Amino acid sequence: MVTVTTPLKAESRDLNFIYNGGIHALKGINMPLYEKKITALIGPSGCGKSTFLRCFNRMHDLYPGNKYQGQIVMHPDNTNVLDAGVDPIEVRMRISMVFQKPNPFPKSIYENVAYGLRVRGERNKRIIDDKVEEALKGAAIWDEVKDRLHDLAFNLSGGQQQRLCIARALATDPEIMLFDEPTSALDPIATANIEELMTELRDKLTILVVTHNMQQAARISDYTAYMYLGEMVEYGDTDRIFTNPTRKETEDYITGKFG
Amino acid sequence: MNTEASTLKDLDAVRSMIKRHKLNDYLFGAVGLSFIILILLTLLVLFIDLIMDGYPKLMSWDFFSSFPSRRAANAGLLSALVGSALVMIITFVSAVPMGVAAAIYLEEYAKKNWLSEVIEVNVTNLAAVPSIIYGLLALGLFVYILDFGTSILTAGLTLGLLILPVVIVATREAIRGIPVAIREAAYAVGATKWQVVSQHVVRYATGGILTGVIIGMARAIGETAPVITIGALTFIAFLPPSPVTTSAPFLNFDWLWSGFTVLPIQMFSWLSRPGADFHVNAAAAGAVIIVVTLLMNGIAIKMRYNIRKKIKWQ
Ligand SMILES: Nc1ncnc2c1ncn2[C@@H]1O[C@H](COP(=O)(O)OP(=O)(O)OP(=O)(O)O)[C@@H](O)[C@H]1O
Ligand SMILES: [Mg+2]
Repeated sequence: MVTVTTPLKAESRDLNFIYNGGIHALKGINMPLYEKKITALIGPSGCGKSTFLRCFNRMHDLYPGNKYQGQIVMHPDNTNVLDAGVDPIEVRMRISMVFQKPNPFPKSIYENVAYGLRVRGERNKRIIDDKVEEALKGAAIWDEVKDRLHDLAFNLSGGQQQRLCIARALATDPEIMLFDEPTSALDPIATANIEELMTELRDKLTILVVTHNMQQAARISDYTAYMYLGEMVEYGDTDRIFTNPTRKETEDYITGKFG
Repeated sequence: MNTEASTLKDLDAVRSMIKRHKLNDYLFGAVGLSFIILILLTLLVLFIDLIMDGYPKLMSWDFFSSFPSRRAANAGLLSALVGSALVMIITFVSAVPMGVAAAIYLEEYAKKNWLSEVIEVNVTNLAAVPSIIYGLLALGLFVYILDFGTSILTAGLTLGLLILPVVIVATREAIRGIPVAIREAAYAVGATKWQVVSQHVVRYATGGILTGVIIGMARAIGETAPVITIGALTFIAFLPPSPVTTSAPFLNFDWLWSGFTVLPIQMFSWLSRPGADFHVNAAAAGAVIIVVTLLMNGIAIKMRYNIRKKIKWQ
């Protein structure tokens, strides 16, 4: 019933993806992405979660020979982000990404967050200052770094670095944010911080998150998709997937009988 | 009881096995260390020998401020020092921008196919071509075809060509050392390839690039064969026109066309004189070359250390 009233932000339509080596990593994926909701992707290692996530911001374009088939359509403008005529840079300006391992630039904390704005041609220092502060606050790291904005980002702890990377992805006001196992390199406290952060971000934007952690998916997501061997086995409300999955494979995976 | 005794015996066996295996560590450590000491000692003895032979000259300012002369007592290094410095400027200006650009192109822009493989293998092999071959090439190209004469420009370009592969290889290595994750991070916020290259890749690779450049320059400064091949003179009793002038436009490029000599050639010419008195000069010049080279390598090491300390990939 929730799904009926929630607008779509994006949807993948019959998406296939083939790596340059010939591996057919995604097979006919159909999945909606509802606006201002968190959708979690779960599934055993190697099933194609990262591959799917990285289609959304055309990350695969960085390496020659990778092939997309099908569509990922963004709403409300109906742009197929996989269309060869759509510039991947334009897509990345609308859809930002947080990686599995924190990957700040070897620059200052401030410059890390400001970078996306600079890439977009912003030169006004006042505007950049404001945006950096807003993004750092949005990523719940402002209080920890406000006195050391010009320190090297490498001097932060792993959890702080990951929140900095979230701030960097947030500073450019993306419509969708992709997270690829954002907490797998972090301790439980840093993980809890980031989970809380993601649920707060839901007010502003649409989130697609890959996770290996069943409890995490259950805690933070509104929708869950279970993938296996490059296929979308089951998709639905998180509550339903975790309490009453229709497919046997899904049940086996979330109860830990498999995977 | 029984099991305890048997595990104890096993433990003894394990310990003696570890000991035996560790013997190899000690052996290799000892052999490696003695080789290193041998090499360093040889170099040190050579260096000290040069300094002792050239001591009287090295201690006098006149040696560094005089032109060559027919009398060993008056002969100095001035024209060779100035010549080497000016030639190095041309070498730097010609090799570094081109080498760095070529490396960036090969690494970031060129499509990976058989052609780029061929180019890659060739560039690497160019670094191993004997330097006298570069001299021959330069004699044909710069001296005869382009008619640059036996000038500072010709020598600088020749040595620039010589170190170009070194710069290219070092730059590519440095670029490859930048983690994929950092590139992807930059692309993911919407950077173009040029932004990624100029604002990230080249910046973070600067330490490695500079190290390669300095090591290449240190090699160039000691090169003799190609400079002799292009016809450099050994007896230069004048300085090239000054690059800076007191009147506008304050820069003067006449020095590019000037005759010149460089440190190793000066040393070579003194060395080939009969009579021991000139050999003192040669030894002193040799010591100067070694000091300059060591200094350049020292700077390269220090730079790399500083940058590594600042940019440490986790
Ligand atoms: N760069 C690549 N080139 C070729 N094949 C790849 C590449 N990256 C991944 N694959 C293959 O694609 C399939 C899906 O991999 P993917 O990384 O998407 O899995 P994943 O679900 O994210 O796994 P994990 O949970 O371990 O991160 C795997 O079979 C993998 O071997
Ligand atoms: Mg993955």
